[in-house]
Amino acid sequence: MVVRIKVNDDWREAEAWPGASLLTFLRDRLGLYGSKNACEQGECGSCSVWLDGTLVCSCLVLAAQAHEREVRTVEGLMADERLHPIQEAFVEAGAVQCGFCTPGFVVAVADLLEKDPRPSPATMREALSGNLCRCTGYQKILDAVSLAASRMADGK
Amino acid sequence: MEVLLPHSLDEALTMKAERPEATPIAGGTDLMVDLNFGRRRPVALIDLTRVTELASRREENGHVFLGSGLTYATIVREMPAFKPLVQASRSVGSPQIRNRGTVGGNLGTASPAGDALPVLAAYDAEVVLGSRAHGERSMPWHAFLTGPKKTALAADELILGVRWPRRRGSGSFSKIGTRNAMVIAVAGLCLVIDEENGRVKVALGSVGPTILRATDAEQQIAAAMASSGAWQDPSITIADQVVDEFGELVAAAAKPLDDVRGTAAYRRHGCRVLARRALSWALNERRLPAWL
Repeated sequence: MVVRIKVNDDWREAEAWPGASLLTFLRDRLGLYGSKNACEQGECGSCSVWLDGTLVCSCLVLAAQAHEREVRTVEGLMADERLHPIQEAFVEAGAVQCGFCTPGFVVAVADLLEKDPRPSPATMREALSGNLCRCTGYQKILDAVSLAASRMADGK
Repeated sequence: MEVLLPHSLDEALTMKAERPEATPIAGGTDLMVDLNFGRRRPVALIDLTRVTELASRREENGHVFLGSGLTYATIVREMPAFKPLVQASRSVGSPQIRNRGTVGGNLGTASPAGDALPVLAAYDAEVVLGSRAHGERSMPWHAFLTGPKKTALAADELILGVRWPRRRGSGSFSKIGTRNAMVIAVAGLCLVIDEENGRVKVALGSVGPTILRATDAEQQIAAAMASSGAWQDPSITIADQVVDEFGELVAAAAKPLDDVRGTAAYRRHGCRVLARRALSWALNERRLPAWL
């Protein structure tokens, strides 16, 4: 079947197996490799994207369910070849080691800060509870969230 | 494989009547895992996420109707008056999962570990089903959940939602697992007090082939509250021994198995602890002045 999705503000369409996930469609059909494929069961959050503005695991969305809808991926966060403030904060805080989970975390953090620009530590932990990182031990990721939140609130 | 994309309930019921073998998909948090791992290959899927009628809720004649397409995130955001349901919803998966997972999915999958199910059982909810040929029918939750991952849903039917009589009283949902997110409960418990009818209702998840009600325990505590006068006067304390007995009776109602998540003995013990805690919380909440 042909699936047509508005991805990061551009309408894209491609042939898809009807049982394919949105994640497979983004990676294998549209060449958007930012969303990572790790667990394929919603456990790890590496494939997090927005579907019609809602944070979801793209591995658990049928590509056909996103047909004629809007998807935003981690690739959509950069502007003019510049890193998003959250991405900069991850680099500076040492929140990136192997980097595999990073795109999913960056998307989940962006979702959090859009809703709550000054989250409490408990809110941060709950908001990121669907994303797994096996390298950092999470503390530096939480540091990056605080850093990004303070910079974004200051409008820098 | 084929995907059907209905845009209204009418259209969805027609498609299900014409293609009874088609598998409904909403949040996809259960079904997509099976598709991704090649464990299921349905001949057709019906996507229910565009059927807006299923994502509605309303209150009528003292009853609450919750559409099968409502996500856990929506319940957490919009239904603060239903505390046990909100607590169960907030304990489902992760933010990403709660943004997609639906009450209809818990019902359709019919896993004894479905977090919303003990709450619906304690609420005495009925499940509302619909088909092109026979219109709407409803049945009590225990008639719908016929076994582990088994339901009374007919091939041409869709789950429309759940309905329960709105009652006044305190209550909670709690569960045991290894962390606060992405946990399939080792044991789950919902306790609600029905002040109007002088009843305490307790339902258990993950400790039997399907959701269980601890009816002996329910009767024991309601009787103890009646004989002590606690129904009329919430300040009257219930003796620790009565609370312990209640815990024992709840634990006795469980029918747990050993599996990868926990042993039967641990699960039974978990029920005892959850029951005592839930009862103590509910009794304390009754003692709070109404203006709080």
